[in-house]
Amino acid sequence: MSRFASRLRKQALRFGRRAKSLALYIFLPVLLIAVWQGLYETGAVQALLLPPPSAIAATGWDLSISGELARHLGISLLRVLEGFALAALLGVVLGVGLGLSRPLDRATDLLIQLIKPIPPIAWIPLTILWFGIGEEGKVFIIFLGAFFPILVNTMDGIRQTDVKFVELARVLETSRLRFIAKVVLPGALPSIMTGMRVGMMVAWMCVVAAELIAASSGVGFLIMDARQMMQTDRVFVGMIAIGAIGKLLDVVLKKIERRLIRWKGAFQ
Amino acid sequence: MSGAVTTGADIRIEGLCKTFGEGRRAAKVLRNVSLTVPAGSIACVVGQSGCGKSTFLRVLAGLETTYDGSVLLGKQPLHGPGLDRGVVFQEHRLLPWLTVEQNVAFALKGLSRYETRRCVMRCLKRVGLGSCARQYPYLLSGGMAQRVAIARALVNQPKILLLDEPFGALDALTKLQMQQEILALWEQEKTTLVLVTHDIDEAVFLADRIVVMAPGGAQTVKETIDVALPRPRDRNAAAFIALRKEILSFLFDQEKKLRRKA
Repeated sequence: MSRFASRLRKQALRFGRRAKSLALYIFLPVLLIAVWQGLYETGAVQALLLPPPSAIAATGWDLSISGELARHLGISLLRVLEGFALAALLGVVLGVGLGLSRPLDRATDLLIQLIKPIPPIAWIPLTILWFGIGEEGKVFIIFLGAFFPILVNTMDGIRQTDVKFVELARVLETSRLRFIAKVVLPGALPSIMTGMRVGMMVAWMCVVAAELIAASSGVGFLIMDARQMMQTDRVFVGMIAIGAIGKLLDVVLKKIERRLIRWKGAFQ
Repeated sequence: MSGAVTTGADIRIEGLCKTFGEGRRAAKVLRNVSLTVPAGSIACVVGQSGCGKSTFLRVLAGLETTYDGSVLLGKQPLHGPGLDRGVVFQEHRLLPWLTVEQNVAFALKGLSRYETRRCVMRCLKRVGLGSCARQYPYLLSGGMAQRVAIARALVNQPKILLLDEPFGALDALTKLQMQQEILALWEQEKTTLVLVTHDIDEAVFLADRIVVMAPGGAQTVKETIDVALPRPRDRNAAAFIALRKEILSFLFDQEKKLRRKA
């Protein structure tokens, strides 16, 4: 009986710890919402400029029920996934190639350094000229945004191969191909995953930016359309959805990262 | 394929010199090293840090490719790295993303999956780690990790085993244990063993021949001492202690000489 009691106590303790940690985690957002609602209740701000959380929640509910929000988000997500997949594929392949070959790196470095600082948004006018407001333009912008973080991090990861492992491979007469497959790539994986996560965030930002300027669908369009109709609550719903999806995407990638990098004890 | 059949190769070194850098910045690290290590014996290289003992081992491992003098391994002149030599570094250098088993298998090539596994497991059992095959290195203690590194060095059944301060990073107790284990392995495998260490006690316990190195002078090797004490050696025996004292005072003298010059 006492054993049962002690187990119960332990569980209660663990539950208490978790509850505390959760409370700490959500404290600031909840506080923000409360203050915001308070400002509205006291009449300090105009609902047209800053609608209260209650109104935003109601609108959010309506948009969810009607499926409008899901439709726009779905379209945006699809664009992101297309652009990101392209960027990940090309970024990793090129990053590995440039990371392994000094001459290739030297030959491409200046061009990459020159194109990298151009914000993806600055490409939008050009893409409208090239692709109109069709899907290709948006996928292209997203690709541009996600490509460079993935490329740069992959190259870094490849170059950080430990000299000690290079020596080990020499001593063991490991073939170059095997060395790349068993030493270089797994060693670069944490860095590649960091690049993917940064790239995904940039991609998600890019899709919204692209849709704000030239689109007839997607969550960025939803926001822009609502602003023109002075439906500020809808603007907020769109923005919050963007934040939530962004966080969700990062959580998913973090999960994948942990899966792939199990060998790092620090993750346990 | 059994370990008892393989025999070590002798090592004959004549006038080995190794210089880093060129011109006025050139640093002579190894000067005129001449040395013979009989097949199947243990040679321990002792000396303070910076005396060139690690460089010496790197030359033998084939990691340093430019040097003067001649090095013969068995009847073959030394020519780059090769699987006839197994190398254990001071750090275990296990690939963190491979399991213990995969790390040892990394040293093997051209074998079927079944053969690979058999070789790997035999070596892991020999170092007492048969049950850890599927663990990742981060779960291993320092001594266990170094045992895996030894298993990896042995898996190709090298004629010569080169160890660069292999127990230097281990705690005192584990170190003593590992010294016993390496001796037991050596008795089974009968490979030629060259072990670099700064631990004189370790050298006297293990070596058939102790090579004392110190920086400066015309020759890097200041003295070679043959140790005739029977194994297993008693660290508290009078002869053991006397030998340890002799080497220690010799090294101190060298250090004094060096300081006087400077």
